[in-house]
Amino acid sequence: MIHSLFLINNGGDLFLEKHWKSVISRSVCDYFFEAREKAVEPDNVPPVIRTPHHYLINIYREKIFFVSVIQTEVPPLFVIEFLHRIAETFQDYFGECSETIIKDNVVIVYELLEEMLDNGFPLATESNILKELIRPPTILRSMVNTITGSSNVGETLPTGQLSTIPWRRAGVKYTNNEAYFDVVEEIDAILDKSGTTVFAEIQGVIDACVKMSGMPDLTLSFMNPRLLDDVSFHPCVRYKRWESERVISFIPPDGNFQLMSYHISAQNLVAIPVYVKQNISFFETGSSGRLDITVGPKQTMGKTVECLVVTVHMPKVVLSANLNATQGTYNYDPVTKILLWDIGKLNPQKLPNLKGSLSLQSGAPKPEENPSLNIDLKIQQLAISGLKVNRLDMYGEKYKPFKGVKYVTKAGKFQVRT
Amino acid sequence: MLGMSANSVSYNEQGSVESGVDAAQENSNISGGGGGGAAFSLFSADCKKNEDLKEMLENNKESLKLEAMKRIVGLIAKGKNASELFPAVVKNVASKNIELKKLVYVYLVRYAEEQQDLALLSISTFQRALKDPNQLIRASALRVLSSIRVPIIVPIMMLAIKESSTDLSPYVRKTAAHAIQKLYSLDPDQKEHLIEVIEKLLKDKSTLVAGSVVMAFEEVCPDRIDLIHKNYRKLCNMLVDVEEWGQVVIIHMLTRYARTQFVSPWGEDAVFDENNEKTFYDSEEERRADESKPYVMDPDHRLLLRNTKPLLQSRNTAVVMAVSQLYWHLAPKHEISIVTKSLVRLLRSHREVQYVVLQNIATMSIQRKGMFEPFMKSFYVRSTDATHIKTLKLEILTNLANEANISTILREFQTYVKSQDKAFAAATIQAIGRCATDISEVTDTCLNGLVLLLSNRDETVVAESVVVIKKLLQTQPSQHSDIIKHMAKLFDNITVPMARASILWLMGEYCEHVPKIAPDVLRKMAKTFTSEEDIVKLQIVNLAAKLYLTNSKQTKLLTQYILNLGKYDQNYDIRDRTRFIRQLIVPNEKSGALSKYARRILMAPKPAPVLQSAFKDRDRYQLGTLSHSLNSYATGYLELSNWPPVAPDQSVRNVEVVEPVTEALASALGKSKHAKSDEKFYSGSEEEEEEEEEEGSSSEDSSSSSGESESESKSEENSDDSNKSSSSQSEKSSSESDTDKKKTQKNKKLHQQKPASKDRKLKNGKAANDESRSGSESDSESSSSESSSESGSQSELDSNSDSGTDQKRKTKSKPVQSKPVTNAEKKEVSLLDLDDFSPVPVSTPKSSILSPSLLSDLQGLSISSSASALQASSPVFVPETSHELLHRMTGKGLSAQYRFTRQPCIYGNSMVSLQLTLSNNSEQALENIHISEKSSSGQNIHRFSAIERLEPQASATVSMGVDFNDSTQAAHFQLCTKEDEFSVSIQPAVGELLLPITMSEADFTKEQGKLVGMNESSATITTTPENISSQSVNRNVVSAANLGVIPSNQENIHRFAGKTVSSGSLVLVSVAPKDPDALITVNTEKSVIASMLLRQFKTALTNITP
Repeated sequence: MIHSLFLINNGGDLFLEKHWKSVISRSVCDYFFEAREKAVEPDNVPPVIRTPHHYLINIYREKIFFVSVIQTEVPPLFVIEFLHRIAETFQDYFGECSETIIKDNVVIVYELLEEMLDNGFPLATESNILKELIRPPTILRSMVNTITGSSNVGETLPTGQLSTIPWRRAGVKYTNNEAYFDVVEEIDAILDKSGTTVFAEIQGVIDACVKMSGMPDLTLSFMNPRLLDDVSFHPCVRYKRWESERVISFIPPDGNFQLMSYHISAQNLVAIPVYVKQNISFFETGSSGRLDITVGPKQTMGKTVECLVVTVHMPKVVLSANLNATQGTYNYDPVTKILLWDIGKLNPQKLPNLKGSLSLQSGAPKPEENPSLNIDLKIQQLAISGLKVNRLDMYGEKYKPFKGVKYVTKAGKFQVRT
Repeated sequence: MLGMSANSVSYNEQGSVESGVDAAQENSNISGGGGGGAAFSLFSADCKKNEDLKEMLENNKESLKLEAMKRIVGLIAKGKNASELFPAVVKNVASKNIELKKLVYVYLVRYAEEQQDLALLSISTFQRALKDPNQLIRASALRVLSSIRVPIIVPIMMLAIKESSTDLSPYVRKTAAHAIQKLYSLDPDQKEHLIEVIEKLLKDKSTLVAGSVVMAFEEVCPDRIDLIHKNYRKLCNMLVDVEEWGQVVIIHMLTRYARTQFVSPWGEDAVFDENNEKTFYDSEEERRADESKPYVMDPDHRLLLRNTKPLLQSRNTAVVMAVSQLYWHLAPKHEISIVTKSLVRLLRSHREVQYVVLQNIATMSIQRKGMFEPFMKSFYVRSTDATHIKTLKLEILTNLANEANISTILREFQTYVKSQDKAFAAATIQAIGRCATDISEVTDTCLNGLVLLLSNRDETVVAESVVVIKKLLQTQPSQHSDIIKHMAKLFDNITVPMARASILWLMGEYCEHVPKIAPDVLRKMAKTFTSEEDIVKLQIVNLAAKLYLTNSKQTKLLTQYILNLGKYDQNYDIRDRTRFIRQLIVPNEKSGALSKYARRILMAPKPAPVLQSAFKDRDRYQLGTLSHSLNSYATGYLELSNWPPVAPDQSVRNVEVVEPVTEALASALGKSKHAKSDEKFYSGSEEEEEEEEEEGSSSEDSSSSSGESESESKSEENSDDSNKSSSSQSEKSSSESDTDKKKTQKNKKLHQQKPASKDRKLKNGKAANDESRSGSESDSESSSSESSSESGSQSELDSNSDSGTDQKRKTKSKPVQSKPVTNAEKKEVSLLDLDDFSPVPVSTPKSSILSPSLLSDLQGLSISSSASALQASSPVFVPETSHELLHRMTGKGLSAQYRFTRQPCIYGNSMVSLQLTLSNNSEQALENIHISEKSSSGQNIHRFSAIERLEPQASATVSMGVDFNDSTQAAHFQLCTKEDEFSVSIQPAVGELLLPITMSEADFTKEQGKLVGMNESSATITTTPENISSQSVNRNVVSAANLGVIPSNQENIHRFAGKTVSSGSLVLVSVAPKDPDALITVNTEKSVIASMLLRQFKTALTNITP
C-alpha cells in the first residue's frame, strides 16, 4: 500500500525518507514540488497528486509535508488517516511534531516507522502497543541507557497485540487510581454582517485521562444523552450498549485518550456566546481605511469568556494598521496580512474595542470585500450544549477511584462575515 | 536559515577530516545538522567517516556498535548512501542486543537488494530465529527475511511463509500474510503456492490475521472470489473486532464480493417509492427491474449491512468512508441515507480528509440530493478554507440546489462572488450559471445578477460572467436583447480574450435581435482586428460572415475588409477560416451549390450547452477509491461488477460455525481471561459464545453467559425489527428478520449440543465436510438433524476424507519442524546449506560465498559474544521410534502410541513435547477422547484438546506437553473415551528431558570448567573401533539423548551440549576415545541426570553394532 514516505519541510527540504518496499528515488518528489509551487499557500496543495508512475498522497501538518508514495489503487483516506496517525504518534512520543524534534530523534522515528508499517500495511498503530515496543525517550532513560547500555526496545510481543483489547496493556498498576474526563465543546459558526447566525453547530469531544490499576470496566452515563446527535467512539466503547441504553461502557486504554466525539447539529438552537460589532471600510481615495471592532457577551450562561482572540485576514493591499485597543494587545503582520487582537478576559462592564486606521498600497484599487473575522474564545466550567455527565461507575476492580469531570467551551471555526 | 544549517554541516565535516573528531561530537553533528547539507559532504569526508563507523562496528563493545548503527540509520534517513558498510553491518545481524539487531534489520532491508551476495550471509540467522520460542523474534525474522528482495532466496521465503502460516501465534501468522504479498511482488511465479497459503489463512479465526490476509488476497488473487464463500459469514461477524486498518480492506473486498453474489436490492426501491409517493429518495436512474417479483434480500446480504453499520461510528475516517461506500453500492436505496450524518461528521476532520470526503459527497449528491439536503449548511464555505475545499463545497451546494432552497443558496453565493480568492469567485459564477439552467424559476434572477457582475472590477470575474451569460442566453435568446446590448456597451472595457470572443459570438448569433448595434461593433473590430487574440479574430470573421448574410447592405464592405485582413494573417487557422467563409458567402461562378445554403449553415439554430457537474460521471468508479479521487483509472483498480440478474448459489457460503483455532495457544500464552469475558460486548455473535462455553470453568458460568448473549441477540433483533417497521417496510422486512432469527437460533442450538467437540473438528480442518453437510441443510431443517445422529453413510464418508486430509496435513507439517528427518527435502529447496540448524555453524559450503576474511570475522564474532553461547537449537536427530501408551487390547479397541518430538514445547517452556497417535481398532467409532483432568500425578500436563469422534480404523495425531520436572518419574494420567477410562503412564528416557544447545568450543570448555567436582561424573567404556569412529559416536549420542553437537577442532574428542527442559541447567557431555577405551564425561548440576545419562551412553556406545 504505502510504498515510501518523505518528510519535507516548508522550505522544500527533504529531511527524512523511509521505504517499506523497494527504494523509490527521491526525484519522485519533484512532482510534489511542482504542485507545491503552483499552490502558493501550503494549504492549497492538493492532497492527491498523480505522477506518471506513482501517486503521491500528502498531508500538511505542523509545517511539515508528509508525502507518501503509492503505486496501486488504495483508498486515499486510508493513507491520509495513517499519515495523520504517524504525526500524532510523533507528538505523543516527543511532545511535539516538528522538524527539529524529528531530526533529533531520527533513530526512534525510524524504529517507529518500521513498527507501524510492514510492507506498507499498518502493523501497530495503538500508542499503548508502540510504547511497549519502543519506549519513548525521557531524559532519565537516556541517561540510564548510556550508563547501563540497556536499550529502548522491548523484547517481547506487547500483550495488547494479541488480545481483543489491543489498546490496553496488561498489568497496569497505580497507587492512586484516578479518572478524569474533559468535556470539550467547540462552536462552529458563521455569523453574517448583521450578527444573525447563518450556520452554527457544536462539535464536542470527551477527552479522558484514566490511570487505574488492573482491568477496570467503566460506565459513563449522561443526564441528557438525547442531545447527542451523531457520535463516534474510541474502539474501546461498546457500541451495542450505547445503542440500547445510551451509556458509554468501556475498558479504558491506559493514560490519555479521546473517548468519544459528538456532534450537535444545526437543527438545535446553538447559543452564541459573544457578539461582534464591526465596521471596516476602505476609502476610494487616499489609500486608507478604517477599522472599528467591539466585542460583547451574548449568551454566556453567566460564565466569563476568556482567552478571547480576534483574527482578521486582511486583503493583500493593506500595508499597515494604526490602531488603538482599549483592552489587550494587537499585532499586524504585514507579510501574512494577519491582524491579531488578543483581548483576554471579556469584561461585560467595559467592552473591549479596537479602533484606528489602515493604510493601503497607494494606487491599488480598494478591496471590494471586507475581511471576515475569526473569533477564538474559551469558557471554563460550561458545556454550551448543556450536556451533563451523570455518573461514572466502575466494575471489575475493588478499589475506589478518584473521579473528575471538567467542562470547557471553545470557539471552533467561528467566523463573522463583514 | 537553510544556508546556515548547510554551512554548519560542511564546517563540521571538514573538521572531521582534519582532526578526526571523536564519536560523540560526530553524532551530534549528524543528528543536529541540517538536511540540506548532503551536497556539501566531500568525498574524502564521507570515506573517512565511514571508516570510523566500520571501526566502531568491528569493536567488541555493544555500545559502540549501537552508536555506529544509530549514525548509519541517520544516514539512511537522510537518503545518503551507506552501502559500503554492508559487510561490517551484516556481521551484527545475530547480535543479542535487540535494539542493535533491529537497526541492523533496518539497514539490511534497505541495502540487501543492492548487495545480494552479502545479504545471503544473514539468511541463516533469520532461519534460526524463525524457530525462536519468542513470537516477536519469530515474527520479526520473517518480516526481515521476506523484505530482503533477493530473488535467490525465494524458495526459502516460500518455506518460511508456509511454516509461519501454521504458527501458533496469530501475530506470526499475520506477519506471514504480509510476507505473501512481498514474495508475490518479488516472484509472481509463486502465485499458485501463495494462493494455497492464502486459502489456509483465510480460514484463520484470529481477528489479527483477517485484515492482513484479505490484503494479501486483494493483491495476489482478487479474482478468486470462490475462496471467500466459506469465510464470508465469518468475516462479517468478526469485522467489528478486527483492527481498524483491516476493517477498511475487508469492507472494500466484501463490497466487491457482494456485487457478484447478490441480486440488486434497488428494484425493490421503485416499489417503495411509489407506495410513498415521496420523491425524497428518488434517483434519476432508477432501475426498475422485475417489479412483478417481490424482492427478498439474501440474509447474507443483510448480515453484511447489519454488521458494518456500527462501524460508521468509528473514529477512523477511512473506516467510515469504507462503510459509506459499501452502503452506497450495496444497500437498498432508502437505507443509504444512514451514512449521511457520519460523512458530514468527517468534514470536521483534517483538510485532506475533508477533500476526499467532499469529493465523494459531490458524486453522491448528484444522484441523490435528498441525502445531503438537510445538511446543506455544513457545506457553507469559510474564508479560511483551502481553495480546493471551497470549490468542492461549491460543487455540492450547486448539486443540492432545488426550487425550495435556491434562494438561500443564491444569497450564500453572493457572498462568495465577492471573495478575495478570485479563482473561487469565478467558480461561483459558473455555479450560479448551473443553478440558473437547472432551476428555470431563477434563471432570470441569476441572469440579472450576472449582468450586474459585468461591471465588476476584477477581470476574471467579468470574463467568467460573460462566458456564463453566453451559455445562459443560448437557452432563451429572444427575451434578452437588452442584455446583449448591455454587453456590447461593456465590450470596450473587457480585455479577457475569452470574454471578448463570447460577446462577439453572441452578437453574431443574435444579430437579428440587435440590428443596430451589431454592425457598429463589427466596425470597431475591423479597426482593431490585427491586434486581437486568435480566438477573438476567429469570432470577428464569424460575426462578419453572419452580418453579411443578414444585413449585407451595411456590412458588405466591412466584411470584405476583414476577410482581406484575415487572408494574410499569420495564423493558418484564421487564413483557412477566412478562405472558407469567403467561398461560402461571396457568390461567384465557382462557388457551386454550397453558397445557396450558406445562411442555413451559418445561422442554424444551435443547441444550448448543458452545464453540468464535473462529478457527473465519477460514479463509474467505486466510491472512496483512489481512482474516484483522481477521476481516472489507477493501477490495480478493481472494477465493481454489476449486480447479477440471478443470484448465484447461496449455499456456497454455508459453513458450520467453528471456534477460533487459537484457543489452545491463547491460554498457553496467558491471554488474559478478562479479555474473553468482555468480548461478548463487542460483537454479539456466536463466536464468543463458543469461546465462553469452551473456556467454561464452571458449567453455571457458561450457561449464564450464553443466556445473556441470547437475550442480547434477541434485543438486537428487536431493534432491527423496529428499525425496519419505522422505515415503513412492512411485510418484507418481517419475513426477512424471521429467517434471520431462525438462523441464529439454530446456530445457537448447535453450539450447545456439542461444545466440547469443536476443537477436534477444527483440527481436522473439516471444511469439506462442513460444506457437504450444510449444503444439505435447508432453512426448515430442525437442529436435531445436525447433531450426532447423522446418517451413517454420510458420516463415514466424512471421516474417511477427514482422516485422509488429516494425515496428509500432519505429514506435511511435521517434517518442517523436525529437521533431520527431512534433510533431503530441505536440501532441494534451500540454496544455502541449512546445516546451521545443526550445531555446526560454519559449514564448508558457505565459504564459497564468503571471503576468507569475512569467514574469520564471523567466526570470531560467534566466539567472542558470550551471549550467543547458549542459543537453543533444533534437535540434531529425532528418533522415529514410538512407545506404546495404551495397547488396543487393554484399551478396548483404542490404542495409543507416543513419541518424543524433541522440539521446544509450545505449551510451556518447561514442558517436554510429545506426539500422541491415537487409533481406533474397534468396530465402532469412539467419541470424546480426552485426558481426564483430575488424574495427573503431580506433573503439569498440557492436555490435547478432546477428539470428538474417531471413526473405526482411523487414527488421529495430537500433541501434548508434560513437565517432567527434570526427573524420569513417569507421568500418570487417565486417557478417557466417552465410555471408558484407561490409566496410562509415560516414562521418559533421560535423554528426552534435554534440549540441544549450540555453543562454540571455547564456551564449552569455559562452561565445563565451571562444572567440575561434584558436578562432573565420568566413566570409561570399552568399545570397538567402529563404534568409536566420530560419526558413530555422534550418532549414538544424539540418538540416546537430545543434545547438540559442538564443533570441535580436536579429532579425538566429541562434545555435546544441552540443557534440561524444566530447569534449564546446562548438560555438557564429552566423549574422548582412547583406543580401545573411551572416556565419557558428563558435567551438569543435576547429578541424578548425570549418572543416568552416563549409564545410557555406556549402553549406547558399547552395545550397538553399526
